[in-house]
Amino acid sequence: MANRHFRVWRGDHSGGDFKDYNVEVSEGMVVLDVLHKIQAEHAGDLAIRWNCKAGKCGSCSMEINGRPRLGCMTRMNSFDPTATITVQPMKAFPVVRDLVTDVSWNYAQNKRIAPFKPKAPEADGSHRMYQDDVDRVQEFRKCIECFMCQDTCHILRDRGKQSEFIGPRFMIRVAGLEMNPLDDDDRVPELRHEFGSGMCNITRCCTEVCPEGINITDNGIIPMKERVVDRYFDPVLIAARALLGRKKRTKPKGTHEVQEVLEVPRPHEVPGTQ
Amino acid sequence: MDVNEIQTIEHDVLIVGAGGAGLRAAIECSAQGLSTGVISKSLLGKAHTVMAEGGMAAAMGNVSPRDNWKVHFRDTMRGGKFQNVWRMAELHAKQAPDRVRELEEWGAVFDRTKSGLINQRNFGGHRYPRLAHVGDRTGLELIRSLQDHGVHQGIDFHMECTGLEILKDAGRVAGLAAYWRDTGRFVLFKTKAIVLATGGGGRCWRVTSNSWEYTGDGLAIAYNAGATLMDLEFTQFHPTGMVWPPSVRGILVTEGVRGDGGILKNTKGDRFMFDYVPERFAAETADTEKEANDWLAGVEGARRPPELLTRDVVARAITAELKAGRGSPHGGAFLDIASRRDADFIKRKLPSMYHQFKELAEVDITKDPMEVGPTLHYFMGGIKVEADSQMTSVPGLFACGECSAGMHGANRLGGNSLSDLIVFGRLSGLGAAQYIRGLGNTPQVDGEQTRMAFRKATAPLNREDGHNPYVLHDELQDIMGAKVGIVRNEQDLTSALDDLASLKRKVKTVKAHGASQYNPGWHEALSMDSMMITAEAVTKCALSRQESRGAHTRVDYEGEREDWLPYKNEITRGADGEMVLTKVKRPEPPKLLKDIAYSNIDDLEAGKVGADN
Ligand SMILES: Cc1cc2nc3c(=O)[nH]c(=O)nc-3n(C[C@H](O)[C@H](O)[C@H](O)COP(=O)(O)OP(=O)(O)OC[C@H]3O[C@@H](n4cnc5c(N)ncnc54)[C@H](O)[C@@H]3O)c2cc1C
Ligand code: SF4
Ligand code: SF4
Ligand code: FES
Repeated sequence: MANRHFRVWRGDHSGGDFKDYNVEVSEGMVVLDVLHKIQAEHAGDLAIRWNCKAGKCGSCSMEINGRPRLGCMTRMNSFDPTATITVQPMKAFPVVRDLVTDVSWNYAQNKRIAPFKPKAPEADGSHRMYQDDVDRVQEFRKCIECFMCQDTCHILRDRGKQSEFIGPRFMIRVAGLEMNPLDDDDRVPELRHEFGSGMCNITRCCTEVCPEGINITDNGIIPMKERVVDRYFDPVLIAARALLGRKKRTKPKGTHEVQEVLEVPRPHEVPGTQ
Repeated sequence: MDVNEIQTIEHDVLIVGAGGAGLRAAIECSAQGLSTGVISKSLLGKAHTVMAEGGMAAAMGNVSPRDNWKVHFRDTMRGGKFQNVWRMAELHAKQAPDRVRELEEWGAVFDRTKSGLINQRNFGGHRYPRLAHVGDRTGLELIRSLQDHGVHQGIDFHMECTGLEILKDAGRVAGLAAYWRDTGRFVLFKTKAIVLATGGGGRCWRVTSNSWEYTGDGLAIAYNAGATLMDLEFTQFHPTGMVWPPSVRGILVTEGVRGDGGILKNTKGDRFMFDYVPERFAAETADTEKEANDWLAGVEGARRPPELLTRDVVARAITAELKAGRGSPHGGAFLDIASRRDADFIKRKLPSMYHQFKELAEVDITKDPMEVGPTLHYFMGGIKVEADSQMTSVPGLFACGECSAGMHGANRLGGNSLSDLIVFGRLSGLGAAQYIRGLGNTPQVDGEQTRMAFRKATAPLNREDGHNPYVLHDELQDIMGAKVGIVRNEQDLTSALDDLASLKRKVKTVKAHGASQYNPGWHEALSMDSMMITAEAVTKCALSRQESRGAHTRVDYEGEREDWLPYKNEITRGADGEMVLTKVKRPEPPKLLKDIAYSNIDDLEAGKVGADN
């Protein structure tokens, strides 16, 4: 048992402030446990979202010491034993109360994505596809919709371009459809014209916070950007490729994906130049 | 309170719950041309279903072509100790394969076999590899596929909205009183039919794999509306929950670990499950470690390892080992996959277990064994429904998924829940559509009933003083853990009923501090009512059933008793508000089903039992 100092943001859309709590913390506890303890002992009305307590549902997203984290997967022993722990709601979304934010914008984005359009099944009624071909799609489908990548992406968080960019979570959702061997829809025009694929400048902050370890930028967003620039002829890309001596290697859907990893943001990807 | 000022939303049908069952029901209702609304306590995609790990059972025969609905049906009945509603187990076994294929049409991406089909894995109690799965995150795949398909079907989703009470007109469903969790405002749903898909009530216990949502709301809502509850003594304790650290005690460790080769050991290093094989399963279970290992290696004719016996058997075995002083340091058994499979295999097939232990317990399961023990996991019992339509005894009220009763009998097989959700979710949608088509006039909501429902809900906020809801919840968990646990007896159960009665008096004066806006203290206070009904019903049924069957174990009445097999415990609300238990005789099953369920497996597979249909 040790006594730990917590600063928790309390308030609603009209404003709020950090409140201090001292809590007895025992072995193995995570930040969410401590918040529940505060709720049971000091502040019965402290608003928090949670469900699974095991990193599976993506409900308990919050900012812990300034970084988006899942409260249920952040162990107390990962902090310095004397450090104060600061907890606040995700910044990119409007606050409802305390640590609960209004994430409905994300649900609205999801709805904009055209539904999965399956190919006709084979004669025996089954679809056949191979594990190798679905590995990448399954990587994206691991997403638990914690929306922390959305929270951290500077385009949404700092620049407030919610009306122009669908955000990393939904870029990989589209990528999961586009790379699905069974999906018969063409998603490239939407990516460019509706979802703002050109806005992302590959900072990889989203990938860094993803609790599921999804390689959002390199495996999802960059291949999608590739497909966009291939379709909509882009002299800058041609120049960049000549300079970097690279060939296009992402194959069309239905075949095994080969990954291209870009090390630097390319000029055509910077907003406004596409 | 002026009822006219309360926000009102109208739908043909309202689904309460957005897990697998609720979403599948909503999709069907919408497909039937009904204006469909869905409410859920949490955000869309966060329901309990998202946590399911191992897979969904369907006799597709992709891995073992010998599998078919009859074998699945037989496994389900045997696992349920023949307490299942025969027709439900039949419908489930027959329809599950089509429902799984349909998910693929809606975008689900299952793990594949070498020949490119949906892969299926082994699980306890299933004779063949039968669980369609995606690593150990099958529930996420299920809920996301339904969600992403559902949002394009013209369904209205109302998130973070809690249902309180059904409003009736001449005995029929007319509406639902509810509140928004974020603002604390009340909302009145006017609707011709309601489908409850609210899940179970595991939060009555402290050590549980269930989330905060599992407070038995659906059971209480149905009970208060006059519907019948059934089978509540059958509460499943999953044998493998985490036991350490204390804050994660109860969190599930998927049966997939054992399905993929994991074995159970005690502190002495003995593989103790060989000592606990029940007679009924002896002929189909390995009796040496060698044979069990052969089975894992795929040797033809080798029988299944005892670790894959049904959950009730494994949970009791672990409890017995603990009692005998052979438990692990933190009071569990060792579950070892590290010595059985290489690290790559484990990380690929059980990624979230690897992650969960690494992050929460600092254990690397590719190197060291896990410590596990029983955790309250699932309610086989719940709201009684008619098998084909899923309608309850209240006209216009339907139930599906975990909150309904009958499909799983005395013990559920792993993987049979996710398939249950999609089979009976769809049937309840069809049932509701048929009911609405047959309605003469639209039921009307009564103002006084509505006012009463909302007044009751505001009481905990308006009280000057009273009991802390978190403390009351703790007390309830103490009672249920100590006296209505995995092994039960008359004395404990009787005393639990007394304890519950005095706790109920305290709950009447529960006090929530603060305002109604996103106030978890108030939400907790309101859910205490549901949990009290749930806990009392479980305890009453457990006291009534004087035998041990499946998940219900009575030390004072050991073994299954023939004289109890034909009976069900049913719970209804009496005229004076008291809970009434009735012992009801079950109808005789059709001969074909009985023949299949009780058949010798070789005869069944040789086609000697029942004409194929
Ligand atoms: C950790 C874990 C692993 C599991 N693994 C498997 C597995 O591998 N295979 C398998 O077959 N089964 C598994 N199960 C069991 C299975 O997941 C559940 O039984 C099943 O998901 C229940 O689904 P449901 O649709 O009935 O309810 P849920 O998915 O629990 O949904 C209930 C819904 O009802 C809503 N609700 C509840 N009360 C109210 C109210 N008052 N007002 C409004 N909304 C309300 C909730 O918000 C939620 O949306 C597992 C369970 C757990 C806990
Ligand atoms: S890589 Fe793109 S999507 Fe991800 S955080 Fe950076 S700009 Fe945003
Ligand atoms: S991609 Fe990762 S960070 Fe983004 S919402 Fe999904 S799980 Fe969260
Ligand atoms: S509570 Fe589910 S991810 Fe934290």
